[in-house]
Amino acid sequence: MKAPVATAIAISVAVILLMGSFLPIPLLQDVLQPYLLACAVIVAGVATLIGIYNLLSVHLGKLNAPKAGNLYSLFLLLAFLVTFIAGLWFTPADAGFQRVVTHIQVPVETSLLAVLAISLTYTSLRLLKKRQDMMAWVFVVSTFVFLIATGGYIGLLLGDVPGLRGFSNFINSLPMAGARGILLGVGLGSLTTGLRIVFGADRPYSG
Amino acid sequence: MTTIDKLLGLVIVILGGLTMFLSALPSTSLRFTKKMRPRRKQVLRPLPAFQKLRRAIGLAIEDGRGVHLSLGKANILQANAASALSGLSTLGRLAQLSIVSDQPPIVTSGSGSLAILSQDTLQSAYRSGSAMAQYRPDLGRMTGPTSFSYVAGTMPIVHREKVYTNILIGNYGPEIALLCEAADRQGTFTIAASDALPAQAVLYATAQEPLIGEEMFAIPAYLKAGNFHRSSIQAQDLLRWVLIITLVVGAVLKLIESLLGSAIL
Repeated sequence: MKAPVATAIAISVAVILLMGSFLPIPLLQDVLQPYLLACAVIVAGVATLIGIYNLLSVHLGKLNAPKAGNLYSLFLLLAFLVTFIAGLWFTPADAGFQRVVTHIQVPVETSLLAVLAISLTYTSLRLLKKRQDMMAWVFVVSTFVFLIATGGYIGLLLGDVPGLRGFSNFINSLPMAGARGILLGVGLGSLTTGLRIVFGADRPYSG
Repeated sequence: MTTIDKLLGLVIVILGGLTMFLSALPSTSLRFTKKMRPRRKQVLRPLPAFQKLRRAIGLAIEDGRGVHLSLGKANILQANAASALSGLSTLGRLAQLSIVSDQPPIVTSGSGSLAILSQDTLQSAYRSGSAMAQYRPDLGRMTGPTSFSYVAGTMPIVHREKVYTNILIGNYGPEIALLCEAADRQGTFTIAASDALPAQAVLYATAQEPLIGEEMFAIPAYLKAGNFHRSSIQAQDLLRWVLIITLVVGAVLKLIESLLGSAIL
């Protein structure tokens, strides 16, 4: 077996956390579970630092590579350096520092959101060209129906027609039913994935 | 959670675990007598998306072009980490398959912990295949810590790094559309799945091969990652029926209760 110690630790911790979620044992719920979760938070924090180091080293490597478009890497490294030094100098809690960072980050992300909106509209228009099956039609028609129904346009257009409110509520509840069905499937998939870790069948930590 | 919720949860976990364990056993090693024949091999229902994925991986390996696997931006401490763990299982199998290729797979993620786990998984696969010379730590990368920075950091990889196949499995928001669009422009094959509903809706419109719901967790099994992956699909099927029966019985009981209640009143 690869990495037996790491596997034993992972399985033990998984079993303790799983039992603590279901069984009302004070030692598990009040002592072991919070302690293990606190340890995990610290490890995740350190992992984020390592991830940032990884990000920087990849972009440093790109700067040395003879390829076009490495200007972005230089820009990223410079931006990181300036933010890092300013963060150390002013501390991240400083209101001015937060304002500057937010005023740079928010417009950049908003512009990406705008690109996303255009891209989604364009792709939706192309959908029927790309997929010519019945489900594509169902998708397009249901999107229009629910856009109109959830937007409250039925009531606006038709006024107080008897039974309309009930029908509108019924239409609005349909996506919820579908969403619950999909989420149940995702939940079951998550459960079996977790169980594979508990059984030691999946060991992404065994490098 | 109430006591009944916890009890039901425990029953589902035990049932799922037992099903997985027992269905994995006969095909592995435990045969107590010679008369005990291994159970008939479980056949997975054919899904066109997975057939295309296998073909795309094969073509990428033959062509000497890379496969890009995106693990999303899940936090390993939260419930949405399961999608990323499924992605890591896929990565393990993908790395085994790509050992013969000149171009190792590139893995991107939106959190440090996932980047480390992806490097570990790659390292493990290359070590098992005695091909450690091919392994480089920069094959597993964190491209950005927030949703949009992750996508923005991943798009150049899709554009520039000789990628033939994109596998996007993990936790995303609607921003995944930008990545699918970038892959589409490059003319590369893209299979995509997310555990988040908004992303699934977006993927249906943008990805070449979107996976909906629990199909995402079946990718390792379809890539023949091992017995436990096949048995976990069996466990999912069983648990799905248990849940369906529980929901129907619950609804019928509720209906009877309301009917009897109105009759008594």
